[in-house]
Amino acid sequence: MTATSSASIGSAPLRAPLDIGFDYTRSLGPLLSEFMTGLAARRIHGVRGSDGRVHVPPVEYDPVTAEALTELVPVAAEGTVLSWAWNPEPLDGQPLSSPFAWIFVRLDGADTAMLHALRVESSEQVRTGMRVRVCWAERPVGHITDIACFEPANGPASEQPAAEPGEPVTMMTAPVHLRYQHSVSAEESRYLRGLAEGRLLGQRCPVCGKVYIPPRGACPTDGVPTEGEVELPDRGVITTFCIVNVPFLGQRITPPYVAAYVLLDGADIAFLHLVLGCDAEDVRMGMRVKAAWRPREEWDTTLRNIDHFEPSGEPDAPFDSYAQHL
Amino acid sequence: MSRHLAAVLGTGQTQHTTKRTDVSMAGLCREAIDRAMADAGLDWPDIDAVVLGKAPDLFEGVMMPELALADALGAPGKPLLRVHTAGSVGGSTANVAASLVQSGVHRRVLAVAFEKQSESNAMWALSIAPPFSMPVGAGAGGYFAPHVRSYIRRSDAPEHIGALVAVKDRRNGALNPYAHLRQADISFESVRSSAMLWDPIRYDETCPSSDGACAIVLGDEPTGDAARNPVAWIRATAMRTEPTTFAGRDQVNPQAGRDAAAALWRQAGITDPYTEIDAAELYVPFSWFEPMWLENVGFADVGHGWKLTESGETEIGGQLPVNPSGGVLSSNPIGASGLLRFAEAAMQVMGRAGEHQVDGARTALGHAYGGGSQYFSMWVVSSTKEW
Repeated sequence: MTATSSASIGSAPLRAPLDIGFDYTRSLGPLLSEFMTGLAARRIHGVRGSDGRVHVPPVEYDPVTAEALTELVPVAAEGTVLSWAWNPEPLDGQPLSSPFAWIFVRLDGADTAMLHALRVESSEQVRTGMRVRVCWAERPVGHITDIACFEPANGPASEQPAAEPGEPVTMMTAPVHLRYQHSVSAEESRYLRGLAEGRLLGQRCPVCGKVYIPPRGACPTDGVPTEGEVELPDRGVITTFCIVNVPFLGQRITPPYVAAYVLLDGADIAFLHLVLGCDAEDVRMGMRVKAAWRPREEWDTTLRNIDHFEPSGEPDAPFDSYAQHL
Repeated sequence: MSRHLAAVLGTGQTQHTTKRTDVSMAGLCREAIDRAMADAGLDWPDIDAVVLGKAPDLFEGVMMPELALADALGAPGKPLLRVHTAGSVGGSTANVAASLVQSGVHRRVLAVAFEKQSESNAMWALSIAPPFSMPVGAGAGGYFAPHVRSYIRRSDAPEHIGALVAVKDRRNGALNPYAHLRQADISFESVRSSAMLWDPIRYDETCPSSDGACAIVLGDEPTGDAARNPVAWIRATAMRTEPTTFAGRDQVNPQAGRDAAAALWRQAGITDPYTEIDAAELYVPFSWFEPMWLENVGFADVGHGWKLTESGETEIGGQLPVNPSGGVLSSNPIGASGLLRFAEAAMQVMGRAGEHQVDGARTALGHAYGGGSQYFSMWVVSSTKEW
């Protein structure tokens, strides 16, 4: 995430990938649990609504009366295409990797259509009203993806008989991955390029005179552009802090560690950084600290060029000198 | 500004716990909704509009859950709004729903808020470090702990105050059948010896991670007058916001909270909140936020909130019971936590708070905050229309 290639260190706003993901879990509740348990056995159920319509996939609550629905009814693994659209360039995570048709398919015995993928060679083979059937995943597990896709119903059917329902499926996993290009502002880019040279560049608001690091481009209080650049020293005061003892998923620094607000001399806002170089118990509000930089050859456009802050040995700052920054 | 009167007709909440794997998100919401509708004595055709609140979508990984939940919320054919103000969202949801009635647009509105924390990991979701930054963030506790330290330093509070709050709220939670943590036997000593997670915040001074939902049904004046059971009349509402960071920002006693409270008391015609409020449900996810918010909301002078806590006046039976329900320290389904504060305030003045009822409560405060102490929402409810 820190690897910004040297080619991108010009004057354009800096950007870097930000990839986040989590395998979310879903507790299904009684109705969807039965539906998923059926899928594991290659059986599809709909639910009968208050108006007699059969909804597939089942809905837990009636769209008309909002009452809880409970009457599951089996429907066929074959149905009719009500509408479709050709998808020439499938994306990661879609049901098929080669071009396919998105279809609204109404299964026999159902009154509602569901959206799915139809596996065909070309859009020439798709038409509204055509008959299609389910292609099951090789090993159904009780997940909506057990319905791998649909195929035209005119060819030979593959050997995928329904089985007896097995153990109830009560949970499912829904992995979510988000891949961003994180871009920072022109002002923050300038500050980050300063860091790559071992410099700390802030900006001053022309109205209130406050110095912001990192610079914001606009003063959050006055709403005016902050253009005047201010170079700040790499030392300051700890305004307040906490000692992080708790480990957690995604943590990048091994606990225990001191996360402190460091107010650089001449700045009007503190930023969070790591404090090392003394026992955590000895860190205190008002302690004077200086930056411990990583070796120059490791510098990049990131605040992590400062490995941590450590006690400077100067006397503590009086409380009143930083009290307005808490 | 002329407003129509609005009342809370009924409230409902789920059994809050670490993992509600027996229900879907829809089922979780409906457990609360069905109880609120029964409490209000209303049915689906009576509802004119629905408002849903939930904290950041990354907590469950569902974009716009209001769409998938529309059937469960009884929303087809009705206006459905989603509110999102981070941890304060439950309070904002109640206030938005109230405004739909106070404006005369709708007669009866359902407000729902939920969080199913077990589907994900909120600590992870709140600690994602963007590129170029220093990855020192450590969830909500890591964010708030330095500001708690600042409060202790500024107010010269004795360091045991946080433990007093934790003991009180967890014992109150034991009186609340829906609370996630019901710890009647918790002691001052056990809190003080629990693990230090984010120094100065200990494990027992920290809210749990809960699955849960809350719902309230609001009605206009004729509906409130006709209700079979006592209702809670909404006397005032207020919301304020400020940026997360700016030079000179007071993170201990944020301006937005002070402004919201001042507007709230003015609107309610309350000049001395400490004596005029009979019960307060404050959003206290970490114990030290009780004295901090007592000052921010105006129950105590700056620097003196901890003295109220220490004196026992915030216990049930004290001058100002705070979080008789057990509060966020006993149940924290994040998106619902604010609405729970508002609903519990209403339950107190309706006389339907059960074992944690404050005797004779006529006027109560519901309070929520969110983000980096940057969103504030509050309401005052009363047992009568004349105040």
